[in-house]
Amino acid sequence: MDVEILARIQFAFTISFHYIYPPLSIGLGLVMVAMEGMYLKTGNKLYEDMARFYTKIFALIFGIGVATGIVMEFEFGTNWATYSKYVGDVFGSALAAEGIFAFALESGFLGVLLFGWNRVSSKVHFFATVMVTLGSMFSAIWIVVANSWQQTPAGYHIVGSGLEARAEITDFWAMVFNPSSIQRVCHVWIGAFLAGSFLVLSISAWYLIKNKHITFARSSFKIALVIATISGLAQLFAGHKSAEVVAKYQPAKLAALEGHFDSLAVADMYIAGYIDTKNQKTVGLRIPKGLTFLTHNDFTTPIRGLKSFKPEDRPSALNIVFQSYHLMIAVGMLMILLTLYACWLWYKGKLFEKRWLMMVFVWAVLLPQIGNQVGWYAAETGRQPWVVYGLLRTSDALSKAVTANQVLFSLILFMLVYTLLFALFIYLLNKKITHGPYSKGDIDHSPQHKIMAEEIGTL
Amino acid sequence: MFLGIDYATWWFMIIGAVFTGYAILDGFDLGAGALHLFFNKEASRRIALNAIGPVWDGNEVWLVIGGGALFAGFPKVYASVFSAFYIPFMLFLTVLIFRAISIEFRSKEPMLWWRKMWDYAYCFSSATIAILLGIVLGNMLLGIPIDQDGNFTGDLFYFLNPYAIMVGVTTLALFMMHGAIYLVMKTENRLYTKLTIMVRNTTIFFSICILLLSFYTLLYIPHLTNTIRHHTWMFLIPVAMVFSIANITRSVAKHRFIYAFVSSSITVSLLLIIVAIELYPNMVLSTLSPAYNLTVQNASSSEKSLTIMLIVAAIGVPLVVAYTSFVFWTFKGKVKLDETSY
Repeated sequence: MDVEILARIQFAFTISFHYIYPPLSIGLGLVMVAMEGMYLKTGNKLYEDMARFYTKIFALIFGIGVATGIVMEFEFGTNWATYSKYVGDVFGSALAAEGIFAFALESGFLGVLLFGWNRVSSKVHFFATVMVTLGSMFSAIWIVVANSWQQTPAGYHIVGSGLEARAEITDFWAMVFNPSSIQRVCHVWIGAFLAGSFLVLSISAWYLIKNKHITFARSSFKIALVIATISGLAQLFAGHKSAEVVAKYQPAKLAALEGHFDSLAVADMYIAGYIDTKNQKTVGLRIPKGLTFLTHNDFTTPIRGLKSFKPEDRPSALNIVFQSYHLMIAVGMLMILLTLYACWLWYKGKLFEKRWLMMVFVWAVLLPQIGNQVGWYAAETGRQPWVVYGLLRTSDALSKAVTANQVLFSLILFMLVYTLLFALFIYLLNKKITHGPYSKGDIDHSPQHKIMAEEIGTL
Repeated sequence: MFLGIDYATWWFMIIGAVFTGYAILDGFDLGAGALHLFFNKEASRRIALNAIGPVWDGNEVWLVIGGGALFAGFPKVYASVFSAFYIPFMLFLTVLIFRAISIEFRSKEPMLWWRKMWDYAYCFSSATIAILLGIVLGNMLLGIPIDQDGNFTGDLFYFLNPYAIMVGVTTLALFMMHGAIYLVMKTENRLYTKLTIMVRNTTIFFSICILLLSFYTLLYIPHLTNTIRHHTWMFLIPVAMVFSIANITRSVAKHRFIYAFVSSSITVSLLLIIVAIELYPNMVLSTLSPAYNLTVQNASSSEKSLTIMLIVAAIGVPLVVAYTSFVFWTFKGKVKLDETSY
């Protein structure tokens, strides 16, 4: 395999793995803010127990998120040196702002959040929780702004040509508020809220099935259900707004997302289907003129299809783009249905009576994860063959000095490390959940292992 | 221009300051990690770990900020250095991950084998990070074979040369000393006594390393002594550094560990200031031809970009310093283990 495909696989792999964690941190942070806020307001100890319990889960998630997050920043330099030189002037300021305004905020206050329970007052602790959550949300802003700039570049001009060409910033705010940033930041935030709230729903539902910690679980379930329901509905709107931006600024991507080939025609919208790349046709279940209507609010305006773009300017992995996009939408709809149904049962006073529903919620934790992952696959593969839309091709963005073997070596290294990491994560998460919120000191420091008190050292 | 100094040079100084901050802050927790296996008791290891527990993550942020600032301010340097040191940086990332999770996971299970396993992972990854940082710095000081486009032309294991390894070991020694002093401030009783001895030993270790490194540099690497040789008053900087090292031993003897910590922080800063003075205006020296050197001028971002980031830094850095101080203040004093501890 050549360097390009290996480097792309490596970036996709490391960022996909990383992206399991930050949305969980943001979403869980928000749920914890709600819990601690309730505690401050009502003084009910139950809410404090919740916040303390979920803080432990949060610590685990945040730890892996940090550990896997620095990798991408380094990869820009190691694998994508040409890209780094090209975008550094523009993109760098967003990345630097992320470090200084967001990452520093969350990591600084994380210490207080995790270890400060007995050291600071509950109000100061609440403040720290809010700061960590805000910090992680700010992180999302800057990272998504940088990515959005790659999708819809603005506020820059190109200096030099050929190998020396690079983008230079001309207007900072135009770069920050490029045409797609606001919509995409909201879309990503809400995806994160869903990830966090569905985790809490899943854990609570599991306790209810096991008949453990009933009061605790019911109460947490309700808090998370409120957040999940609102987020699910809001996502419908935010997702639509994101798609509108794609339609306006990235027509080739829209055509790929929707599997629309005809150069200029009124477009149907596929609910599910398959792209026959050979015959340049899409087959599947569709709503006639649906895409045209959603994009232009009428049934007559035509939409540019893939055939109207030069072959080298079309995304190559059409089915990945199409399927990821449709899977994302399907998963989103499923979450909305599920939460609305649960709310209706709640209203009827029968929320916790259906065991099968609780079982569904235990597994539903996977839905937002799937949605977040495939949503990004659609966004990123749909942008191809460009790394910066319309300006820099992915194949031109590589490091000149790096060989395929080096990339392969590091890719294998990351795969091994991340597999181990993921196994440990699941093991420890499961353990913490099994331990539950009330077992005294869930970390067992001086148990039957007498040796603990004695010499364990070797040096 | 701002205060008679151009923006690129300002940004060079800011990045230097951020990396110095990183070395001072993460230096002590990396050093504490490198010393971890020297503690024989479970209780001692937990105290040592919890001494850095609430702050290590915040310390590591400085690396992310430094990397981001370099990317933003000098994209060419970033691209060139990171792709040149492919293997060391990938190893660096791997051990960074292992270190983070060994801190996080160690206390989650009571089994002896589990804790020992993470103790080893924590100690070796901390030491490796320190050495790798030193190795990269050592190569930057020597210069690397980059062509006119800033592309690295050396072989895979180019980074392993005697000088770079010496700088690596010296960095480890420096961080171990710095970490031992930090731990002394956070501990009591027997562990405290043990650590006072460790402070003395690591200080000796560091002094030997820096002495050898200085001799080697003076004898064999003339381009690293030019600036100070031509500006005699700058000799005050190495003098100050020697005094600050001496002051560490003096303060330790008087049991004034805060002064010792300040002195070792000053030592870190002065070392990096010497590095910056000798490299400036170059950022990456090309061993192929001086014409290929990446300098503060030819590798920097546009003035517009640098101006924006100066504003970002002017707003952001005081905020970071403020709440970092708040966090350190919250966890001041000796470590007390409770149910939230690692």
